[in-house]
Formats: sequence, structure tokens, C-alpha cells
Amino acid sequence: MTDTTAHTTSAIARRRFDTTSPAAQAAVRRRYRAEARFKAYGLMAIATAAIFLAVLLADVFMKSLPAFSTTSLVLNVAVPADLVAPDQKYNPAAIRNADYLPVLRNALKAAIPGVQGRGPERTLIRLLSSGAADGLRERLAADPALIGTSVKTSLLLSDDADLYFKGGGTPIFTRASRGTATPSDTTGTITITSSAADFSENLVALKLIMTERASLLSAEAERIARSTAPDAADRAAELRKQAEELLARSKDRTAAERLDSRLPSLLVEINGGLVKISEVAADRIEGDVLLTLASTNEAKPGDWRIVTYARPESERKISDLEVAFLERFKANAQVERSFNWRFFTSGDSREPELAGIRGAVVGTALTLIVTLALCLPVGVAAAIYLEEFAPKNRFTDIIEVNINNLAAVPSIVFGLLGLSVFLNFFGLPRSAPLVGGLVLALLVLPTIIIASRAALKAVPPSIKEAALGVGASHQQAIFHHVLPLAMPGIMTGTIIGMAHALGETAPLLMIGMVAFIVDVPTSITDAATVLPVQIYLWSDLPELAFQAKTAAAIVVLLVFLFVMNGTAIWLRKRFERRW
Amino acid sequence: MDMTTQGIPTAQPYVPAKPAPAAKVVARNVNVHYGEKHAIKDVTVDIPDQAVMAFIGPSGCGKSTFLRCINRMNDTIPICRVTGKIEIDGKDIYDPALDVVQLRARVGMVFQKPNPFPKSIYENVAYGPRIHGLSKSKTDLDEIVMTSLEKAGLLKEVKDRLNDSGTGLSGGQQQRLCIARAIAVSPDIILMDEPCSALDPIATARIEELIDELRSNFCIIIVTHSMQQAARVSQRTAFFHLGVLVEEGETQAIFTNPREERTRDYITGRFG
Repeated sequence: MTDTTAHTTSAIARRRFDTTSPAAQAAVRRRYRAEARFKAYGLMAIATAAIFLAVLLADVFMKSLPAFSTTSLVLNVAVPADLVAPDQKYNPAAIRNADYLPVLRNALKAAIPGVQGRGPERTLIRLLSSGAADGLRERLAADPALIGTSVKTSLLLSDDADLYFKGGGTPIFTRASRGTATPSDTTGTITITSSAADFSENLVALKLIMTERASLLSAEAERIARSTAPDAADRAAELRKQAEELLARSKDRTAAERLDSRLPSLLVEINGGLVKISEVAADRIEGDVLLTLASTNEAKPGDWRIVTYARPESERKISDLEVAFLERFKANAQVERSFNWRFFTSGDSREPELAGIRGAVVGTALTLIVTLALCLPVGVAAAIYLEEFAPKNRFTDIIEVNINNLAAVPSIVFGLLGLSVFLNFFGLPRSAPLVGGLVLALLVLPTIIIASRAALKAVPPSIKEAALGVGASHQQAIFHHVLPLAMPGIMTGTIIGMAHALGETAPLLMIGMVAFIVDVPTSITDAATVLPVQIYLWSDLPELAFQAKTAAAIVVLLVFLFVMNGTAIWLRKRFERRW
Repeated sequence: MDMTTQGIPTAQPYVPAKPAPAAKVVARNVNVHYGEKHAIKDVTVDIPDQAVMAFIGPSGCGKSTFLRCINRMNDTIPICRVTGKIEIDGKDIYDPALDVVQLRARVGMVFQKPNPFPKSIYENVAYGPRIHGLSKSKTDLDEIVMTSLEKAGLLKEVKDRLNDSGTGLSGGQQQRLCIARAIAVSPDIILMDEPCSALDPIATARIEELIDELRSNFCIIIVTHSMQQAARVSQRTAFFHLGVLVEEGETQAIFTNPREERTRDYITGRFG
């Protein structure tokens, strides 16, 4: 008896789990390392995704910053008393329809005196946006007593001028003078002589550039000579001749040099005016007056400067004259940078500085409201029917398979469907949020049905049985007990579906939302555009300022998405019941 | 008994016999098929009112299935087919003209695993009366809720937290809540499918006490795995085996002197 028990106990002892031997400990350490590795993989995956996301968002955000600020000129505008007919003075419509162009022109000329000639005047007025007078217009319409007085108002700058102040211009370097300068005249083409060879540095720099150009030309000549084109020899000879001329000129230290637009611009700031140099010698320059000089008096050393616009004019969108004007306005403290509220309050426009996102935001909101109102009730009802009431036969199977297929159909097919059925057959208004919402609802419906069914299936059957046991009808059991418990899952499906719908562009393009819509839509049958389409349209436009606007529109779309999803998640949390 | 001097019993004065109370639930030749499987075979039984009837038997013998036939819960299972006749108070409950929802209001059910609604305690009990229109005002409904909780023996414990979630109670309390929910609609019959199998002995004892108290007002049918519970709680017992009703009778009789051999084997623990 004792033998057998001793035998059994030692047998049990022998089979005990080995935890102390070195092999066992090594196994444990291996397991820990494997777990740590697994965690590290997970962390790396998340970190990679997060880095990509952060880089993308940072890039979009940085590109969009210029679009959120706007530059205006703040000037005293003398509003003439005869702006409108005397009897119309208190008629807002007449005030709004008056011609403000002469008013603005005079205000600009008052700010920069001495601008003569139609060319420079046109350049000056083109610095302003076509909508520059809007603020003034509204102020006068609201307060007609201001007509005939001088009103301090801000005038919106055009997109090129705006970009200039946001870093799209040129670096400007100023060099002090050593000698006394004598201008020959105050306007037109003049000569300025310096007593101390102030321009010699520029001349030397120019000579060097000539030498460089000469060597480039001879290299080009050699290359052409080696090619087998029929007139190669002639062209090569001509280039060689040009190179030689340039070289000769560069070697001649004293000869004056002409400037062209491929070189950085050189200017002289003297006696309150600005002269653009067209020919430079060591102690004398010849140039065109951009801003009129006050007088032809001598300027002492230190009272006049030599200015360089480092980026050549041919590489800029903004000419030297415009730069001169803008710099003068800046020096007079008449340039104001402010937040671009217009971006959020106005609709689309061909002018970048006037373009706003409001039309697209309202269009998106209306379209999504139509989509939600259609697909949520229909989707949930379909899911409840399929899950609870549909007889389990072949017909139901076919419906289920087709719903799953619909979820995979490319979105542009829904656009074609919308075009042929909603627009052509039913004759609904083109490009309206109503049609857009219908198309998007079809797109989103399968997602909601599938997610809702899964949510309904996940509710424990004991709840339904309990409800039936108390004497609830099938319908009561579903609507009072199962549906509220399935709500979080249904909301998740809705969030996914709506986020999908928010970013859909292709089907909406097909139903005509690609049109250029200026007005902000007020109802679901007005023509509208949506944010993704607006982004697409703006990204295609040539004006440089639209690039920042495209990025800003993307930022607005992302904020819209976060707000929408945040609301839905908050709603889902409220519906969630602990069990 | 009166006797004459010769030892012949004299006739007693005539007392009309009390009519035997009609059985509350009458089942005749009930067969249940789950698809191909023949789960309940030709069951015939009478279940009395104001008493507790226990269904006992080994696992899978069909007692829960038969229980669920009485309130037609088997209708929710598509492959289940019930034939035969079950009458409650003389009316066939499988008559197509009968509204199954009203049937389930008259025949309450308490399940094996407590399944209170994920709502407040008050709402759990008030749901049934509300959907059946049993209360005319809020105070009426309050009274029904309070009475039901009282009868279920739960009121003292939850009196001041009626708005707390029903799922936050302990297992025994949840089951009593389910019983309160079942009696709130004033059913005639209460079906209990192994109500104590998920509970500890103390909670079980309280539920058995409760069943004893409820017996005077309801017809209670309880399915149980535990023979001791059946012996404690019920007045009549039915023994099922492999879908067949083997024996049925007074609880005392079944447990002390069973007629069938299978019954004897089960009771003595030979199988099951």
C-alpha cells in the first residue's frame, strides 16, 4: 500500500513543470524577447503611419498658411461729392452701382505723387484687386454722409501684389554710397554721376557675368560644331563670334555695360525718387525714372543708395515698377496684413484674392444632409428587415449578395447612374445638392446596411427572448430593445459611410458639379459645388495664388471631416449602454 | 367513521363532492420536431393551477423544449415544428386565430441566465405593464412596479436606487428582478427554466422561498436539474427521458415510490 502511494507521488513529482533549470529560464527569456519584439513591430507600424500622416498634414498646413492672410493698402480716399446724382445720395443701390475706378485711381496717385503717363498709371491701378472698392462701397451705402469727405479705407491688393508681400517677390539689397550724386533730371531717362566711382563694383560684377556668358557661348559653339546638323558649322561660327565680342567687352574695364532683364535689377534711390539703371559705367549711370525725384539737387554721400533686386525681372511675375510702387507703399506704412475673412464669407471667383470657400462648404453641408436623410433611415430599415423579418429563402440570399456587390462598385458608376436617371429621366436640376445627395446616398447605402446588420446580429438573443417573454410583439422587441443596443454599431457604419461620401469627387463631377459656381447656394435645388470638387478645380488653375488656396481648402475639408466625425462619435458614446 | 354496534359503517350525510379543479394547462399528444430530430414524443400531461409543477430529467431530455411550447417561444426557432394540442383554460394555444403576444402576456417566463433589460430597475419592471396598457397613470404604474418588486422580494434592497441599471445587480438580485418583471404583467402561469442554476445556494434558497410564496396565486412550472430542489419546491413532478414523459404524479409519490424503473434509476442516481 505504502509502496504504491510513494511510487505515485514521486511519479507526480517527476512530472511537475520545470521552472528552475537553465534551459527553462532561457525559454522564458526567449518568450519575453519575442513578446517585446512583437510589441516593437506594432509600435513601429503605428509610428510609421503617424509619421506619414504628420508629414502630410504639416505639408498641407504649411502650404495653406498664405491663404489665410490677406494684404491691403490703407489709404485716405477722397470720395467726390458727385459720386452719385444729388437726389440719389441716400439710395444704397445707386451708391453701390457708382463708378469707383476714378476714385481709386486718384487715391493711388495722391499716395504716390509724380506718376505720369498712361503706362505707369495702369500699372499702379492694376496693383489693386478688381474687388478693391467693395469695402468702400459697403461703407458708403451704409453711411451716405461720408460722400464728399475723405475716408480712410483698406483696399484689397491683387493676387500678384499679395504674393509679393508673402515672399514671392525678390530679396532687396541696399548699398550705401560714398560720393556725391548729381541727377540730370527728375523724370524720364536721366543720367546720374557720382563723384566717387560708386558704381564700379556693379560694373566689375557685370564684366564677370559677361566672361561667364562668353565661355558658355563658346562651349555651346563647340557642341554645335561637333553635331551633324546641316548648318552646324554656320551656327557654331556665329556663336563663336558672339562669344568673342562678349569677351572683348568684358576685358575692356572702362566701357559701360547695358543691363538686360536676365540680370538682377539695379536701381538708385535718390532725392525721394527711384531710378532704374539701364546702362552702368564706373562713375556714371543712365536710367529710367520709376518714382519721380523731388529735385535735381546734389545728394550727399549717405543720402542716396544703390539698390539691387536680386531676382532678375525675367524670373519674376512682378515688374520692377510694381516692386517700386509696393516698396514705396510699404515705406509709407500703408500696407496692412490681416486675417482673410473673405475666404470664409465669399463664394468662388476667378480672381484668387476674392475667391472664398463658403459656397463649397454650404454645398457640402447641404449635400451631406440630403445623403444622411436618405441613407440612414433606408439603410437601417433594410438591415432590420433583412435581419429579422425576411423569410430565409433564395430571394433573400440574392438580395444580400447584391448588397455586398454594390458596396464594391466604383463610385463613378453611381455618377453615371445619377446622370442618366436623376438628371435625364427625372429632370432634376443639374449640379444641385439634391441630386448629389441622391447619388451619394446610393453610394453609402450598402456600407450602412452591412454595418447595421452586423450590429443587429451582435445583440445577444437573450435580450430579445426576455422581451418576447414579457409579451412584447416582435416589432416591439426589435424597436424597444434590440435597435437601441445596436445603435453604436450603426453609428460607426454611418460615420464610415459619411466620411466616404464627404470625399467623393468622381460621381459629383458626372452630375455637373464641376461647373464654376459663384453664388452661395441657399437650398438643395440651387446649383452648388462641394469641397472636393472645389479643391480639384482650384488645383487646376494657373494663378500662383490658387496653390495656397487649394491647400487651405484641403485644410477646411479636413476640419469639416473632424467636426463631423467628432459629433458622430459623441452621439455614439451617448447611445452606448453598459451591459 | 361512524360504526353501528354490529360494525357496519353507516352512511355519512350526503356532501356533494367538490369538483376536481380543472387543470390549468392540458397537453395531449404533443410532438416537437427540430428539423429531422424528434425532440418531444407524444407527451400528455395535466398541469394544475395554484401549484408548482416540476419537470425533471437528464440533460437533453426535452424538458426545456416542452416548457417553451407552453408559451410558444419555440415559434422563434424556424426549424421547430409543434404538433398536438396544448390548452390553457380550455383554449387551444396553437389555434391560428390566437394572438401569440397576448398569450405571452398571460404566460410569463423566467430564463436560466438572468437577462434583465439594460435599462433601469424601474424600467425593467414597468416595460411589460406599459406595453400592455395595464396602467392608467404614472402613479398606477409606480404601484405596479413597487408591488411586483415587493412580491419578488427585491424591493427592500433596491428601494432607493430604482433608476440604477438593472445589469448592475448581483446574479441573485437580477434573477429576482426577472421574476418581478414576469409577475408585473399579472400572468396566470409562470414558466421557470432552471431559474437557479446560475446562482449560489443562498440566492437559490431565497428564490425557492419566493416560489413557495407565489404558488398561492399562480400556476408555476419549473424545470430543474436538481432533484432536491424539485422535492423541496413542487407539489407535482414529471420525469422526462429522451423526449418521452416517463412518469408524472405527486412529488412525494415520485420520489419515495416511483412506478417506472427508469424513474427509479434516475432518482437513485444511476444515471443523469
